[in-house]
Amino acid sequence: MLSREEYHSGVKEAWCPGCGNFGILNAEKRALVELQLAPEKILIVSGIGQAGKFPHYLRCNFFNGLHGRALPVALAAKLANPELTVIVHNGDGDCYGEGGNHFIHTIRRNPDITCIVHNNKVYGLTKGQASPTSDKGFKTKVQPYGVIHEPLNPLALAISLDCSFVARGYVGDLQFLAELIKAGIQHKGFALIDILQPCPTFNRVNTFRWYEERVYHLEEDREFDPKNQLKAFHKALEWGERIPLGVFYLHPKPTMEEQIPALAAGPLYRQKIQPSKVLDIMEELSALS
Amino acid sequence: MNKELTIKIGGEAGQGLVTIGTVLSNLFSRGGWYVFASQDYESRIRGGHNIYQVRIADHPIWAMSERLDVLIALDRETLRLHFSELHDKSVVIYDGEKIQVAPPGGKAKLISLPMDRIARECGDPILANTVAVAATVGLLGYGLGYLEEYLRRVFGKKGDRVLKENIQAAQRGYEEAERICQREGEACPFKLRPLDVSAKILLSGNEGVALGALAAGCKFYSGYPMTPSTNILTYMASKADQFGVVVEQAEDEIAAINMVIGASFAGARVMTATSGGGFDLMTEGLSLAGMTETPIVIVLGQRPGPATGLPTRTEQAELRYAIHASHGEFPRLVLAPGTPEQGFYLTAHAFNQAEKYQIPVIILTDQYLADSYFTLDRPLDPQKITIDRYLLSEDELSRMSDEYRRYAFTSTGISPRAIPGQSRHLVMADSDEHDEFGHIIEDRQTRSRQVAKRMKKEQMMEQDILPPNIYGHLKAKNMIICWGSTWGVAHEAMTRLHDEGKDVAMLHFTQVWPFPSRQVKDVLKDRDELICIENNASGQMASLIREKTGLAVDQKILQADGRPFSVQYLFETIQEVIG
Repeated sequence: MLSREEYHSGVKEAWCPGCGNFGILNAEKRALVELQLAPEKILIVSGIGQAGKFPHYLRCNFFNGLHGRALPVALAAKLANPELTVIVHNGDGDCYGEGGNHFIHTIRRNPDITCIVHNNKVYGLTKGQASPTSDKGFKTKVQPYGVIHEPLNPLALAISLDCSFVARGYVGDLQFLAELIKAGIQHKGFALIDILQPCPTFNRVNTFRWYEERVYHLEEDREFDPKNQLKAFHKALEWGERIPLGVFYLHPKPTMEEQIPALAAGPLYRQKIQPSKVLDIMEELSALS
Repeated sequence: MNKELTIKIGGEAGQGLVTIGTVLSNLFSRGGWYVFASQDYESRIRGGHNIYQVRIADHPIWAMSERLDVLIALDRETLRLHFSELHDKSVVIYDGEKIQVAPPGGKAKLISLPMDRIARECGDPILANTVAVAATVGLLGYGLGYLEEYLRRVFGKKGDRVLKENIQAAQRGYEEAERICQREGEACPFKLRPLDVSAKILLSGNEGVALGALAAGCKFYSGYPMTPSTNILTYMASKADQFGVVVEQAEDEIAAINMVIGASFAGARVMTATSGGGFDLMTEGLSLAGMTETPIVIVLGQRPGPATGLPTRTEQAELRYAIHASHGEFPRLVLAPGTPEQGFYLTAHAFNQAEKYQIPVIILTDQYLADSYFTLDRPLDPQKITIDRYLLSEDELSRMSDEYRRYAFTSTGISPRAIPGQSRHLVMADSDEHDEFGHIIEDRQTRSRQVAKRMKKEQMMEQDILPPNIYGHLKAKNMIICWGSTWGVAHEAMTRLHDEGKDVAMLHFTQVWPFPSRQVKDVLKDRDELICIENNASGQMASLIREKTGLAVDQKILQADGRPFSVQYLFETIQEVIG
């Protein structure tokens, strides 16, 4: 029986007091305890930003890579060893900005990894510039007259790509968030969990209070069916007065690793290396030439 | 006497000249001849002017010749552009019913063959390629046996009709050529028969490198298509089932390199391949591999830059780039094979070195080496390849304490490497500066120690350095210096200079970084002339030698027109230099 303590790394968090990341860390530990996943079977891949520091504070294998590049590292690690539970932690600038291309194409591949995005709608580590998800009108030192671009809608984008699991969580609702993370990890296929979190230092608009007044659970809408892609897309466009939380879209389908013949023989590091097979090619070539 | 023949096929892209050239190369290899085949193509799928050259000899050859004995002209442009290369005995094969040409005016013999008509009569205009090949071997008196065997193997699976049409087209083309030879007596002064030796094996530079990777146990390959490295991606995909490789086409080169890093971290041997522009995108990831000490192999197939440059042609202008690219300081190994065979063994070596030192290794090739086909002197020998993974064994792991330090300080700078998920030990890697465990740090002491640890590996790499090879007279007063793909052309030029009684030797680098300074200094001191041959505009190797040894390389033969050197040009230019 794995207890919560098994996941404590002992490293002191370098986040601001009141940062939403503490909530994500708590929720994830809760989910891991419930799933009884051994730390050595977990691989967390992260990028750079406040979210990138996440795996240092949780006992597990990790690869803290580059800004925007967590997904290709995670994808390939999963392919190299499908026995690992691979979870990605990245921020909104990280995943949707710098790593936007990887985000699109990793969804298309549908590897069995869980992609958790710490979405505080602002750049934290570089001190307060707009992010791809900042709402129009959001003022910063770089956007003094407010953001004039349309915000990127990660859920709508993922649903349009037929992402097999698309959800939104909120750090102010920890038990619900832990359940979402658990469901994302259990889901076989690419699971996107976009987590709304206030940034107490650089985002004075999207505060806890702002969210509390708006968020609601999708389950409250009895008509809603997460298996319907069009309805899910429509729901994903809802933002402003009311902000839905929960699983927007669910489409179980074969994972990438299930479809690769070479992986039938198990993790790549355990597969035998046979240089002598080159002799077969030499034979083919001398017969061919 | 040495016998050799060069065939050039010219035409528009899409006319089938590569097919004709490839099939001819195969037929002569099968008949025991040494073959060297190279392409000169434009960056387009249809139209333009492209050529495929096949040099055939009864002795080893490693480069193109300037001789042009047989020209197969698929369009008028080919005749116009290559007429001046013909000599008195040259033969031009063309389809007089399709191409109108003026009388040749003395030089070379024009042989018109109705290739298109024969193809149509046999059932399909596409058969013109088969007719062209058959007519060529017919004029040379090579026999039809190998071509028929080839057609059966290639078209046998495509159904009776396709095979039958091809065989018929081959026979008609061959007979037509024979008829011309009978009618005109010495229609073709060149005769080649299959040799009484075993079949030779043809391999391109890219195939040599890819086979080296497969032999070394590359289990994960990702790449983004880019000339001239695309066919490594294709080749790996074609062998994925046979060798058990995961091959993934990445969305861009940034993803490609991050993928190989992720797969390597999780325990696979990995490779990616690209060209200069793609390598630009990879430099961020290269630095990540350096910091996280993740073993990866990158093939950098050079082509002329800057920017898009000449996308389908050749250059050696990324030597400095390969050894310096990326932010920050970390050790790396850069290898530069000169032939497919060297590509095979050096790539296998690259995998061992990458894991021994936990570093990125770059294989520096170029379009000329990548795309050209060479005859192997002997089959590639996997027994010469060792697999040394330098990983912690299950046994070692079971005896270790629970706390695993991925970046442990050791006397060599190399920290014992474990794989996540392999044992109860947690493997933690970080692109930030980190402590021994892999956690982020900021303090100067740990930073300094980690820098020293990483850089220490470079000193240790000295023990595995591959010094440049010397060819020719060891004590020669004049030394030709070259690296990578110019091996063949420089070697042939040197051999010709020897035949002329010149006192000259050749130094060829297969490892360009870490630079073999000591060995190079010993070899190069006390020579009269140092002549550096490089396919670039600035003489990057010459300057590197100066930087690392203090020796000035005064003579530089440089060429940056996007084309490989010719033997004749090198021979003449070196002769001028050494007098």
